Parts: sequence; C-alpha cells; structure tokens
Amino acid sequence: MSARARLAAPLVVTAAFAAFPLLVTGFYLEFTTKVMILAIFALSLELLVGATGLVSLGHAAYFGIAAYATLLLSPQYTAANFFWLLPATMVCAAIYALAVGALSLRTKGVYFIMVTLAFAQMAYYVFHDTPLGGGTDGIYLNVKPAVAIAGWTIVDLGNPRTYYYVVFGCLVLVFAFLAILLESRFGRALAGIKSNEQRMRAAGFPTFWYKLAAFTLAGALAGLSGFLVAVKDGFVNPEMLSWHESGAVLLMLILGGMGRLSGAVLGAFAFALLQLFFQWEVVFGNFAQHWQLLLGGTIIASVAFMPQGLIGLPAQLRAWRSRRAARARDA
Amino acid sequence: MPERRDVLLRARGVSRRFGGLTAVSDVSLDLAEGEIHAVIGTNGAGKSTLINVLAGEIAITSGSVELLGADVTTWSQPKRARAGLGRSYQRTTIFPRFTVFENCRMTAQARWPVPWNWWTAAGNCPMSNAAAAEALEKTGLAGLESRIAGALSHGEKRQLEIAMCLATHPKVLLLDEPLAGMGPEETERMLGLLAGLKAGRAVLLVEHDMDAVFRVSDRITVMVNGSVIASGAPPAVRADPEVQTAYLGEVHVD
Amino acid sequence: MDFATFLVQCLNAVQYGLLLFLVASGLTLIFGIMGVINLAHGSFYMIGAYLAFSLAPVFGGAFLPTLAAGLVLAVIFGYLLEWLFISYLYERDHLQQVLMTYGLILVFEELRSILVGNDVHGVPVPGWLSGSIQLGDLMAYPVYRLVISGVCLAVAALLYFVIARTRLGMMVRAGGSNREMVQSLGIDIKFLYRVVFAAGVALAVLAGMIAAPVSSVYPGMGAQVLIVCFVVVVIGGIGSVRGAFLAALLVGIVDTFGKVLFPQVAGITIYLLMAAILLWRPEGLFRQG
Repeated sequence: MSARARLAAPLVVTAAFAAFPLLVTGFYLEFTTKVMILAIFALSLELLVGATGLVSLGHAAYFGIAAYATLLLSPQYTAANFFWLLPATMVCAAIYALAVGALSLRTKGVYFIMVTLAFAQMAYYVFHDTPLGGGTDGIYLNVKPAVAIAGWTIVDLGNPRTYYYVVFGCLVLVFAFLAILLESRFGRALAGIKSNEQRMRAAGFPTFWYKLAAFTLAGALAGLSGFLVAVKDGFVNPEMLSWHESGAVLLMLILGGMGRLSGAVLGAFAFALLQLFFQWEVVFGNFAQHWQLLLGGTIIASVAFMPQGLIGLPAQLRAWRSRRAARARDA
Repeated sequence: MPERRDVLLRARGVSRRFGGLTAVSDVSLDLAEGEIHAVIGTNGAGKSTLINVLAGEIAITSGSVELLGADVTTWSQPKRARAGLGRSYQRTTIFPRFTVFENCRMTAQARWPVPWNWWTAAGNCPMSNAAAAEALEKTGLAGLESRIAGALSHGEKRQLEIAMCLATHPKVLLLDEPLAGMGPEETERMLGLLAGLKAGRAVLLVEHDMDAVFRVSDRITVMVNGSVIASGAPPAVRADPEVQTAYLGEVHVD
Repeated sequence: MDFATFLVQCLNAVQYGLLLFLVASGLTLIFGIMGVINLAHGSFYMIGAYLAFSLAPVFGGAFLPTLAAGLVLAVIFGYLLEWLFISYLYERDHLQQVLMTYGLILVFEELRSILVGNDVHGVPVPGWLSGSIQLGDLMAYPVYRLVISGVCLAVAALLYFVIARTRLGMMVRAGGSNREMVQSLGIDIKFLYRVVFAAGVALAVLAGMIAAPVSSVYPGMGAQVLIVCFVVVVIGGIGSVRGAFLAALLVGIVDTFGKVLFPQVAGITIYLLMAAILLWRPEGLFRQG
C-alpha cells in the first residue's frame, strides 16, 4: 500500500462517519452510536489483549462500574456537569482496575483469565445483590449530564445527532491516543512484554508496573465507554458487568483481528451487525429468538477456521490459494 | 584469594535448593573487570541455576551477591539489570517478530524508560537509537538492522541476543552457553566476539565446548553437583587431578 | 448460633464444597492434562441438572436408573465433544480456547432453551432418600444431602485411586507433565485426551444430576458454578486434584458461613477469600514450590 493510500483510507472512513448523521436518523443513527461506544470498549481491551498479551475475561466490570457511577454520582433532579462527571466515572473504573490488576497480575496465563473473570463477577454481585445497584432491575438516570461551562450549556446530549458526534469524537480521540501511545516507548515496552517478558525483565524493565499501568488505563478507557452508554440509554443494570459482556468484547477483538487498533473497531461493527442479522426475523423467522445459537456457532467456526480474524482473512485466503496452486502444480 | 583487578560481581556462599534438591551449594566467586570467567561442569551441575540466581531471576536460598560494590541479594531481576547486569539465555531469547534494530532498541530503552511519555514515538529517542546501533556494530550485525529477528540464522540470533545485552551497557555479562548449537564457522565468529566483550566488563561464561572455554577464558571454575571443586587459571584447572576424574575425562570421550 | 445450627451449617458447607469439587476436579484435570481452559465446563453441570429433570419421567422417577443413563450419555457426549471441537484447541493459545468454549456455552444455553425452555424447574428428592435425621431437639437434617456428600466422597476416593494407583492414572500423570514422553511410551495420546475429557464431563454431569433435587434447575446455573470453580482452581492450584479438593471444601465453608454471618456481602465473600490468597500465595494454596 502506498503512503498516500495508507493515509487516505482512514480519512475516507472518518469523513464517512462524520457525514453519516446527515443522511440517516432514528434507528440507524442510534445503532451506529451504540456500536461506536462498543468500539471504544473494544479498543480499551485491545490495549490489554492485542498490545500487551494479557487476556482479561473480566473487562465488562470496568465498563459497568463506570456506567453505574454515572448514575450514582448524578444528582437526582438536576443535571450533573459533564466535565467533572466523565473524569469521575473513569477514575472509579480505573481504581477498580488498579486493585484487580495489582492482584491478578501476580498470576500468569490461564490463572490471569480466571482471576479477572472472578473479580468481574464480584463486581457484578455488588450491584446485583445490594440496594446500591437497584438489584436485577437496575437504576434509571433522571436528568442527563449537561455539557456546560459557567452555567451555559454548549451541547445538548439528549439530541441523538449531537450525541452521535460526541461519541464519534471520543472514538477518534481514543483511537488516536492509543495509536500514539503504542508507538511510544511505553507502548513499545508493552509490545516487548507481549513478545517476550523474560527478555524485558532481563533488560531491566519492571514489567509488573508496565502491565499494571496498561491494565489501569484499559479500565479507565472501558469506563469512558461505560459512561457514554449510560448517558445514551439513561439506564443501567447488572448485566452490563456480566461475563457474557466480557466474552462479547473479547469476541469483537478476535472477529476484527488481534494486534491492530482498526481490528477492534472493525470487530465491534462486525459483532453488532452479526447480532442484528441473526435477530432478523425476515431471514430467520421464529428462529431469530434463538440468535445466540447462530452466534455461538459462528464463534466456534471462526475460531476453528479463521484464527487471524477478519483483518487476517485476505492473507489467509492468499495463503490458501497459493497452497492450492502449489498442490495443483505438484499433481 | 589474592586481590586482582576490580571485582564487579562478588558472590559469597550462594546456595539454591529446590525442595530436597540442592542445585547450587555454597558457591563463591568473583568476576573481575577485563576477565572472562568460565564456569564448567556436567549437565545438572547447577551452572544455569547459578546464573539465574546471580541475575535475580530465581530467589537465592542463602548467601549474598554484590554488584559493583552494592549488596543486591534482595534486588529484583529488573533492578539488578538496570544496575548493570546483563544476561543471555541457553535458549535464544529475542523478540522474533520485530526487526533486528527494534530488538536492540527495545532493550536499550530500559536505560531511559520514561514510561509516562506517551506522545513521543520510541523511534525518536536518540539515546536508545545510538545504543542499539553501537551494540549491533560491536556484534557484527550491522547491515542486518531491518531483518526480522525470527528469520535470522541460529548463529545470528545468538549474536543478536548478545547485542541486546550490550545495548543496555552492562558492566557484568552472564552468558549461558552462547555457543550452543553453532557450527564451526559460527563458533569462530562468536569466540572473536566474546574476546572483545571483556574490555571494561566482567564476563561469566557457562559453556560446554571445552576447547573454546580454554581458548578464551582468563579464569575457570569447575562445578560438580552444585559445588565448586576447583577454580583458577586455565592451565592449573586442566592439571587438577580432581577435575580430570570428575569432568574433563568424560568430555574427551565424546 | 447454637450448636445444632452450627452443625447443620457445617454439613451444608461440606456438602456444597464436595459438589464443587466434582465440577472443579474435571476442570482442573482437563487443564492440567490437556492444557485447555474450558469455559463450557459449567454448562456440563447445567446439562446434568436438566438431564435429571428430563430423564426422570422416562424412568418413572426411579433415581438410580436416571443417574446411570445420564452418566452414559455424559461420557458419550464428552467423547464426541472432544472429537468435534476441543481437539482443535490443543496447539492454540488461551484466547482462542476461551472464545471457542464461550461459543459452546452460547450454543448449549440456547439448545437448552429450545429443548426444555427457560423455566425454573424442581426435581423431587427420591422417595427412599427423602427422610431426615434428627439433630438435637429442633433441627433435622435431610438424608439426601448426606447422600450427596457420600457420593462425592466416594468419587473423590475413586479419583484418587485411579490417578495414584492405576496404569491409566500413570498415563494421566505423565501426560500432564510430558507429552513427548507419553507418546514415546507408545500411548495413544489422542485417546487419552478423549478419555480424560469424557471423564471430566461425566464428573460435572454427575454433580449437576445429584444436585438437582436440592437446588432448583435454572438457566444460569452453569455460569454461576463455573466462576465459583475458577475460584476453587485458583485457590487450589491448577492441575492438582488434591488442591481442588481442599480448596473446594474451603470455598464451601467460606461461602456457607459467609451467608449466615454476613448476609449483606454474601455474594462476594469467596472472591475476597481469593483476593487474600492471591496476596499471600499467588501460585495457589496447595501447590508445591
């Protein structure tokens, strides 16, 4: 790919997203907003799984904690100020991530997977079982936060089109932030840890602290997506922290392709579209209510036959074609 | 023991037990600047465990380790590394998917970590770039900078691992069988490289190739079953009857 | 808490812990020997409970034939599952194992919804085991719960015997530590894996079947038990059946008494226990080294 093409592709995609709300309203606008929030969520996990090699199976905890914090920190009958509420919710998620990271990073590999899942389940029970979280039914947000400086409202988050642009802005910022971060010395150190932690420690990197920093940052970014979803829906429930959610976001990464930021975004869209497709009654009729069966089958098939994800599919097809050509030549 | 040149690493009474097994038992040795100090012994004599304990990779059971005059016995491996202790592994330990240059730059970064600077690209750090280039130059890998490390030949990978150590500017180098699996030509190249490493540094060399050890070493320590049975200049060690029976005799058979 | 209540809670704690052991031992064996982290393991427990519910009418409510039929089905099911899906996962990384077994959970849950529905069911305690034993003047303890503990203990003893004393157990121990060695001994490792996996499934299904009469049969039960078993395995040290046994009892005790003594935080006591153990011994309580 030429340098110009490499620059052009993201620009075209960005422009298309920016123009999208001018063309559609209603369901498609809301849907795209929701998927962009999921993309931020997936990007935050990509920092752990794709960039640092830490498979966390409890990432929904940070997403859900920030969503709950958004509602619990908002005053009951007046609007909270966006500019302190957003950082405050991200800090809540980051604090839990720091605590869980400090404990779970003492373990490795499959232990790490189990421990992160278990701590996410603990957070789930906190909101599920205590009056704090309103139990299974969750809680509602009465007034959306106001983006206001000195009492003067700048944008109205209640307007779907405006909110689309807020979310889009966040997605672009998170993407750019991570793209720069991963090229920095900190990001390269994470890549080194993923590739060969033993060598990194032998060279003098205190790898535990690097991993803990990545884990906490990923928690904070997941918190951003949790905040955005809570403000969008004005409603949270414990299912946001469930292990289904944590599994789904991992699935987005593998669908899109690990190790690339664009893979996380692509995966979020692929996942949401797939889910939408399987729930489509025109195609599947009554069976659409059993969409999880089709989703599960797709996951199994994609792990078995498409280990590099969607982004790796062209390369895999090329390899397959050249293998077939070689076989034809040999025959 | 007569005082020699500056001792950079001093181990005293180092022991390591695994359950009931004593892998390293009461080993004392000095690594002096400008010397290659070889540790030889049969498989299972505890050489690799000794390196791991000195590097801080596995915990010490008893004894002490002093690095550049500081007691580092309780220090973690990364802290010892930052204080000037480099090591290589018996099984090549590199970053296979990165280029040769990135491999060296990555380890060089450990000296200037600045982990909170997230906005400057790693490639724009002149210090680590210079350290990486210098290390590649010294190890004879200049010209291969943009190759993917995993695609190098075995000998080149071993050289790269040493370059990655050098990029962190260590004062003490612990090398675990740098010649393992090498052909005669690669061995020659590596021996030239090793001889050049000792200037301004102390080198601990664990190696099975006896000819090579006696050619490059200034001092040799022989271990059997975790303990030191002899230590001294190569001719004296070769003449030691205990060493002959315990170790050298076997090697000449194969 | 008076003595009789304490005794009842102790018995409950042991019974819950032993049941957890049945599920966790399969999980830890499958990981220790085959190197596969199996998220779908909780589903087998769920399947066991639903088997107890749906097979009971077939055998006219007779308990032992239902149990036997369920176990036979479980072994066949585990054998097929390993062949069709799990065998893809041996050389893959943990992430892909997690995803495929996550996909399996979705499939199992949805199939369960299609075949049996989403209602909560109860399974009656078999008539000949439905009595109670008097404890003190006021308390009575159901015989069936004692039977559960007895069955679990018998299985634990059998497992110990098989692993420590038999040729199969030797292969299992060797397979966990050294794959090449096993193959060089001329042991068919594919077959060994299939047997181990089927045994793991059977253990979880057995746990689900005998637990069904005392806990209701409900859709989310698999995931719930899976995560508790992860806590057990983390505490006990993975791959160690002995560790799983002791850790399962510990978790059973902490969970049961947590519910009695601190009802406000009942859901999270075992996770706090896990956190404490990670601080103290991150490699697990019962692991050597």
